Amino acid sequence: MNVAVAKTGSRRAVSDLFASAEGRLPGSPDVIAARREAFESYERLGLPHRRIEEWKYTDLRALVGEVLPLAAAPDAAASKRAAEAVKAHAIAGACKLVLVDGVFAADLSDVKALVAEASFKTLRETLEKDAGLLKTASTDAVIALNAALATDGVVLSIADGAQLSAPIQIIHVATAASTSAYTRSQVVVGKGARVTIVETFVATEAEAYQVNDAVIVSVGDNADVAHVRLMDDAPDAVNITSQFVTIGANVKFNFFNMTTGAAVSRLQGFITLAGEGSELSVNGVNLLKKTEHGDTTLVVDHAVPNCVSREIFRAVIDDRAHSVFQGRIIVRPDAQKTDGKMMTRALLLSDEAEADNKPELEIFADDVSCGHGATAGALDDSLLFYLKARGLPEKQAQALLIQAFVGEAIEQIADDSLREHVIGIAERWLEQRS
Amino acid sequence: MPAVQETVERVKRIDVDQYRYGFETLIESDKAPKGLSEETVKFISEKKNEPAWMLQWRLEAYRRWLTMTEPTWARVDYPKIDFQDLYYYAAPKPKKTVSSLDEIDPEILKTYEKLGIPLREVAMLEGVEPKVGEEDPARRKIAVDAVFDSVSVATTFKAELKKAGVIFMPISEAIREHPELVQKYLGSVVPTSDNFYATLNSAVFSDGSFVYVPPGVRCPMELSTYFRINERNTGQFERTLIIADKGSYVSYLEGCTAPQRDENQLHAAVVELVALDDAEIKYSTVQNWYPGNSEGKGGIYNFVTKRGDCRGANSKISWTQVETGSAITWKYPSCILRGDNSRGEFYSIAISNGFQQVDSGTKMIHLGKNTSSRIISKGIAAGKSQNTYRGLVTAHRKATGARNFTACDSLLIGDKCGAHTVPYIEAKNSSATFEHEATTSKISEDVLFYCIQRGLSQEEAVGLVVNGFVKDVLQQLPMEFAVEAQKLISISLEGSVG
Repeated sequence: MNVAVAKTGSRRAVSDLFASAEGRLPGSPDVIAARREAFESYERLGLPHRRIEEWKYTDLRALVGEVLPLAAAPDAAASKRAAEAVKAHAIAGACKLVLVDGVFAADLSDVKALVAEASFKTLRETLEKDAGLLKTASTDAVIALNAALATDGVVLSIADGAQLSAPIQIIHVATAASTSAYTRSQVVVGKGARVTIVETFVATEAEAYQVNDAVIVSVGDNADVAHVRLMDDAPDAVNITSQFVTIGANVKFNFFNMTTGAAVSRLQGFITLAGEGSELSVNGVNLLKKTEHGDTTLVVDHAVPNCVSREIFRAVIDDRAHSVFQGRIIVRPDAQKTDGKMMTRALLLSDEAEADNKPELEIFADDVSCGHGATAGALDDSLLFYLKARGLPEKQAQALLIQAFVGEAIEQIADDSLREHVIGIAERWLEQRS
Repeated sequence: MPAVQETVERVKRIDVDQYRYGFETLIESDKAPKGLSEETVKFISEKKNEPAWMLQWRLEAYRRWLTMTEPTWARVDYPKIDFQDLYYYAAPKPKKTVSSLDEIDPEILKTYEKLGIPLREVAMLEGVEPKVGEEDPARRKIAVDAVFDSVSVATTFKAELKKAGVIFMPISEAIREHPELVQKYLGSVVPTSDNFYATLNSAVFSDGSFVYVPPGVRCPMELSTYFRINERNTGQFERTLIIADKGSYVSYLEGCTAPQRDENQLHAAVVELVALDDAEIKYSTVQNWYPGNSEGKGGIYNFVTKRGDCRGANSKISWTQVETGSAITWKYPSCILRGDNSRGEFYSIAISNGFQQVDSGTKMIHLGKNTSSRIISKGIAAGKSQNTYRGLVTAHRKATGARNFTACDSLLIGDKCGAHTVPYIEAKNSSATFEHEATTSKISEDVLFYCIQRGLSQEEAVGLVVNGFVKDVLQQLPMEFAVEAQKLISISLEGSVG
């Protein structure tokens, strides 16, 4: 329901933002036209609010209010600060591709270390020829805004049959306070290829910035892809990420998301199983404290028969934090023999914490096995008592139980060293708590 | 796993072209002029001999309604309703003032006879000796309020109920005879501004049932209302208000049917339940409105607002519904668990066939301390129908110790239909414990284990556990309803999807 009303202050600010940013945005005349179209679409819709069903629990008008101006290209000082952040968050042995305030930073990246089977370009370069990457089927306002303002991103293509042993790590670093960064990346995985992609979101001492990221992934038949996303933005930042994943036949796709930062965050994933015989595993852990708002929204679309999807999500909610999980499994009329399961659990550690779950099933085929489960509750008193009776202090006993609680989702990460890395993040979060 | 043959056949037996209640009663009726305006509202109020406050209440609702828009969030699809192309009031033309059942138009009596609804309490009171083996002599008595289009044509057992202190009468009578009760409770659960259809109902409701059970009274018999739509192009807007005073108990059930017609008809009812301290209300529905023909033509639009308010401590409200009819169902019987230790229950079986669209479920709103709720929903979709469960469970900040268990399963028969689950689970309190599951195997692992250990297959065990549970509820439904409902329910759970 969008009644045309007089523009609010924030919407006016956005208009100005586009006008002032337009000159700095990369792209051919085609691209500029596509951007303008996307921006008009955003202007019509405005920031999503609770009356839009998909955003019912994450009212950006209330939570974010205004969209901040586009960040300037990072200067030398910013690059230096970013370098330290990159160093601190780099995964051992990974090939790094770094975006600082929404702009690709060649000097911080290991482009040269990329194997020949992985071809790399920046979004900026791609947009000089083609506006295709700015187009998605979505009508979502934040995705339209991303298309209008995307400054840069990583465009990766993994050749058919390539077996990449080292992970490729895309690191987003925010250095500029009170600005926003729009990035859009694409990963195309060739047939039979194997690759691990890690995405990391971090900040230097930047405050109150906004990230709007979009990732478009397409996976060829028989490929094996592991995708880990670690979002640890600054405590007062906003991170809205949209992912579009299309999966071919006989693919193994394993995705894991960890949320430990940002005041307001939303990861919205739209995953389509477009080829038969594929196995999809989508998992995540949200660790929320203070007044953080963490939203995971996923749509898994079984468009073809004989695919398996598994989703395991855990949210730990402390203080006055608010966790949102919306998961939808769609089984199309022809997608017989679909096996889809989704389990989401929320652990409330404080009386003022809030957990909203909306696990949906939308099924049009009769010979399928689908299910979902959702729970919300506090730590089990009897388990706590058991541990305390054995001499563990309260906080430590809690930490142990929380670790076990999130463990089930973290265990789904196949790569040992990545899993250890994620466990380390969870442990640090728990230490900070006590 | 696909549905087993037996299930497929059972569902076919209740397919849309098998509708048994599609006949029409030819009877002259008294109608309000077509369309909706303040005049229509005044006309209805006048017909009902209502006091001024009631007319005022209606007019306020009507004015409010003018500012509202139709809700579009449900997963149902239908052409826009022209609210000016409907009759809002239709009553069988009385031949003279009716004082006993014998004076009711015989055509109407015949209609209820055909539907199998006992309006002749005399026969039952005197206990006409049933032939051996023909009928259970210990059958319980049921008081019936029969609503025909816009008016209540008969209410049975009024005298006997009065002896127990129970008030059971058409709401139009209650407005005149018990204005203090009606004024106190009407609109207190579903306010006139609640939603588009509830507001419309508040403006133009014509009849329905009113029940008041005084403190400490256990209502001596089942109460029931039977709704029949007969007239063409007529909307039925009934209003039911049930109040269970402290420590009382009442069981109420409703049934509904309509003639087979090519046009769609609107049924927009409001049901309000109020349970005070330690009271219990059990509300059962067997909804069998005409679902339209096998091409999806005709059928009732069933847009109903039902809500129970557990206002007192330790109160309990339970909704049981068996939904097989209506072209479109849009209905969410809910419980507001306001009183401490109050309890809400929702048991539903929704079966859709042909081109039927069902968007139904419940809301459990936990406000009081240590409140608990349970939701069991089974949806079965066949033909080209769409069957959606939509539910909300929410615990507010102060609802410490709130508990909910939800299990909703759906079964699809054929690949042209759809089954959907849209639960909203909101916990704003760490001591709230919510469990939601949509897989049969998880209903109770230990019970299943017990059965399997004793030689039942997984399938049989699940069937036993769930059917046993569902039957338990259904056996509470008395009279013909139970037979009909049981037939619908004995459907195997095999091949169920979450």
